[in-house]
Amino acid sequence: MNITRSPWRSIGGHLVLLFLSAIALFPIALVAINSIKPSLEVEKNPLTLPKSFEFTNFRTAWGFGHFSSGFVNSLLLTGTTVVTVLFCASLTGYVLAGKKVRAWPVITIYFMVAVTIPIQLFLFPLYFGFAKLHMLGSVFAVGVVIAAINMPLAVFLMRTFFLKVPQELEEAAVVDGAGIGRLLWHVMLPIVSPGLLTVGVIVGLFAWNEYLITSTFLQSQSSYTATLGYLSMNGTFSTDQGVMMAGAMILILPVLLLFIAVQKYFVDGFVSGAVKG
Amino acid sequence: MDAVDQVFQVPSPRVVRWQARRRALKFYALIAPAMLLSLAVVLVPGVLTAVASFTDWNGISLHPGWVGFANFKEILSDPVFWTALKDNFKWALLFATIPVVVGLGTAMLLLKRPRTRTIYQVVFLIPYVLAAITNAILWLNIMYNPVTGLWGWLEARGIVGQAPLSNLHTALFAVAAVDMWHFWGFLTVVYLASLRQTPPDQIEAALVEGANGRQLFRYVYLPSIRPTLMLMFVMITIFSFLAFDYVYLLTGGGPAHSSEVLSTYAYNLAFSSYEFGKAAAVGMIMSLFGLVASVFYVLLSRRELRA
Repeated sequence: MNITRSPWRSIGGHLVLLFLSAIALFPIALVAINSIKPSLEVEKNPLTLPKSFEFTNFRTAWGFGHFSSGFVNSLLLTGTTVVTVLFCASLTGYVLAGKKVRAWPVITIYFMVAVTIPIQLFLFPLYFGFAKLHMLGSVFAVGVVIAAINMPLAVFLMRTFFLKVPQELEEAAVVDGAGIGRLLWHVMLPIVSPGLLTVGVIVGLFAWNEYLITSTFLQSQSSYTATLGYLSMNGTFSTDQGVMMAGAMILILPVLLLFIAVQKYFVDGFVSGAVKG
Repeated sequence: MDAVDQVFQVPSPRVVRWQARRRALKFYALIAPAMLLSLAVVLVPGVLTAVASFTDWNGISLHPGWVGFANFKEILSDPVFWTALKDNFKWALLFATIPVVVGLGTAMLLLKRPRTRTIYQVVFLIPYVLAAITNAILWLNIMYNPVTGLWGWLEARGIVGQAPLSNLHTALFAVAAVDMWHFWGFLTVVYLASLRQTPPDQIEAALVEGANGRQLFRYVYLPSIRPTLMLMFVMITIFSFLAFDYVYLLTGGGPAHSSEVLSTYAYNLAFSSYEFGKAAAVGMIMSLFGLVASVFYVLLSRRELRA
């Protein structure tokens, strides 16, 4: 592009972007600096930098937030969701991309409508169904529910990834006598694996961060996810802000590091479901 | 012998049809896991909710009584319902304007900055990737808290007034502010990706014609990203009527129902007062809005439905 822009306008643009960056980061920066301050210092002035590094806040938060069991539960729940979603959505995405069945428009519309369904439409009967089956408190069962909720998005994403696979490849495999199983496992899987990674990353993030379903179904402390454990701390520790902020840091850091490490997949995932060409 | 030869050489129409049906069956089997899961978790309980909305089900009794439209009548005469509905509309209005303008503006700025845009995108997305619980609790404790937070610090110096979450007139906006703080970066990234798909020859042609920056945006970029803008508008509207997490975490719908939205209203009916029939009725009303939105969503996506 060859637009000549005055340098001060370019600087103005950067100032706007920097200002918005500051808005995005300021609350998180406050958490970071206050997580290593004693509670009294936080109360006196949340804006001052810590005088010394105190990690006792983290030890206290780790214990009272039940983070050791919380992270295990979060991992089990997220793992269940991701595995279920990837398995189901890739098979359906393959069929819908190739229009392999006559009912494909009906199924596509069903999943489109499912995107707009409020959780409150099915939450209450589901809750009592779970209670009856004694599955309240099972992170695996809740992981499957969250998989079902994210299924439409995942199906549409996988469908677009399968659309990019050249038709000739599939035809060649069929001519060579490959059945559906071998075709999917040996030919398709390697090609769409970046797609699987993208879908896995964003569905995993949504499962990890889920609030409405998890807080309704997982009501015993032993089944708390990491975020629920932290939420339960808020009632008892709301007077000790240093500990609360340390707990927040314990939740922020892993997500932040993972996000920065594989941000390309996150951005791909957010964008591919949202951009219409 | 003849019959066998026939099968192997020129399959009869019946055999062809049978093979085709067997193949179709295999493909339906591939769809089955996703469909069955969605039916079991979403559709069947959804239908049960529809039935429950006409009963006085309290969640415990196995034989709830049929009450006709009584739940709907009671809800429609409940002022809290109308507050909640109004709040959902306010929410939709806020989200369809502020984050959209900021998102589009930042996306345009980043479009011209190929070297720095990755880092800005990451920064803008950080609040978006954090959990609602984390974001809500950190705003409750370190930002809005009148004793230990930034607000209290500013209040003590006379810069700001009463804490926003406990004020009837500001609670909803204070909650929406946190949700928008978490959300707008997503729009930046989506709009930027869409802007970058604008055909380069169109941009060049416009520049050759001597278009200035504003004209370039108005006549080249805007038409190019219109489908994405429309889709995001529909999605924002849908999710405005489903908004739950930040409201429930930050205010629970209070004070005095001033920040109540339909989803928190339904949730409290179900799990605080055990009026599941009424909660189901609210769920049905919410779905009605969702249904209207999904018509637009399907229309926007009709390209994907083309055979």
